[in-house]
Amino acid sequence: MITGKELREKYIRNQPTAFCPGCGDGMVLNGMSRAVENLGIERKDIVAVSGIGCAAWVVSPYWRVDTLHTTHGRAIPHAIGVKVGNKDLNVVVVSGDGDCVGIGGNHLIHACRNNIDLTVIMINNGLYAMTGGQVAPTTEHGEKTITTPYGNPSQGMDVAELVKAAGASHVARWTTYHMRELTKEVEYALEKKGLSFIEVITQCPTRTGKKDNLSTLEMLEWYKNNTSKNPEDGKITVGRSVDKERPEMADVIYEQIISAGGTLK
Amino acid sequence: MPQKIHIEIDRELCTGCGICIRFCPKDVLGESGTLNQYGNFYTEVKKLEECIVCRQCELYCPDFAISVEVKE
Ligand code: SF4
Ligand code: SF4
Ligand code: SF4
Repeated sequence: MITGKELREKYIRNQPTAFCPGCGDGMVLNGMSRAVENLGIERKDIVAVSGIGCAAWVVSPYWRVDTLHTTHGRAIPHAIGVKVGNKDLNVVVVSGDGDCVGIGGNHLIHACRNNIDLTVIMINNGLYAMTGGQVAPTTEHGEKTITTPYGNPSQGMDVAELVKAAGASHVARWTTYHMRELTKEVEYALEKKGLSFIEVITQCPTRTGKKDNLSTLEMLEWYKNNTSKNPEDGKITVGRSVDKERPEMADVIYEQIISAGGTLK
Repeated sequence: MPQKIHIEIDRELCTGCGICIRFCPKDVLGESGTLNQYGNFYTEVKKLEECIVCRQCELYCPDFAISVEVKE
């Protein structure tokens, strides 16, 4: 089995990272790297795409694969370009909740509708962390943030339900407490044809932690006590909620090119 | 042959977040109380003999700072 040091030397660059101590973003990077290692996928066959925000830094500049660090909310359209350009690549998007469903929400919806073969990992810390902790579409109702000092007047969005309705062929939710399950889920997503969406509820000790007066370890404990695989428990439901087969867009485009008499490399 | 276990914690990469201490089932790890050059209290190995090489610490470390090596 690969040791921590071997994993670091193979998959990580530019350390130490700029993540705050105890940030869950590094844990997601850890799980992703292990998933790739467990599947034996070569690094040259992966392109990782991100937008803007703390979570965007998970792949660029820290993951030792080809990366694209793009504009705010636009990781998915760039990733679609990569996938359609060369459908043999494993294309992975890592995006924060603000980037993925706030700024870039429309791209997410239509990528799911087209069921393009991407692995989208949405790191959800419930607010815009990099810019100081502003309210995001994922912030729960009543939560205080620096832009909702009297409590969030709107409702938090269940993004897993949204992508399910939009047509993603694989949807799951875990937290950083569930590192083993998360690693397995990323493995499944990398192999699954079509759009895979994994939400990872992740601690941000600097923004959520400070405002709620919770330490990294208290947040991890909270995930343990407030999540369940059984939706009837009235807790945050974790696990795989969608796993289905639907036509995938890059495949369809390649077939159309061939049947129109075109050639592909 | 008995196993020879070595746990390496990179003092400069370790942010002292304490996650490995929390997730180690055998209380092998603990606080050093010493600062590294980035101003973080790095974690150190306290009870190496208790380690069962479950690698939970490596799996949960956000900074790839800990490595469990086994020599036969
Ligand atoms: S602000 Fe929050 S999300 Fe950003 S690096 Fe720090 S802990 Fe992580
Ligand atoms: S989990 Fe990693 S960074 Fe955190 S205290 Fe342990 S070795 Fe250090
Ligand atoms: S390998 Fe397991 S027992 Fe050993 S230090 Fe790590 S978590 Fe503790």
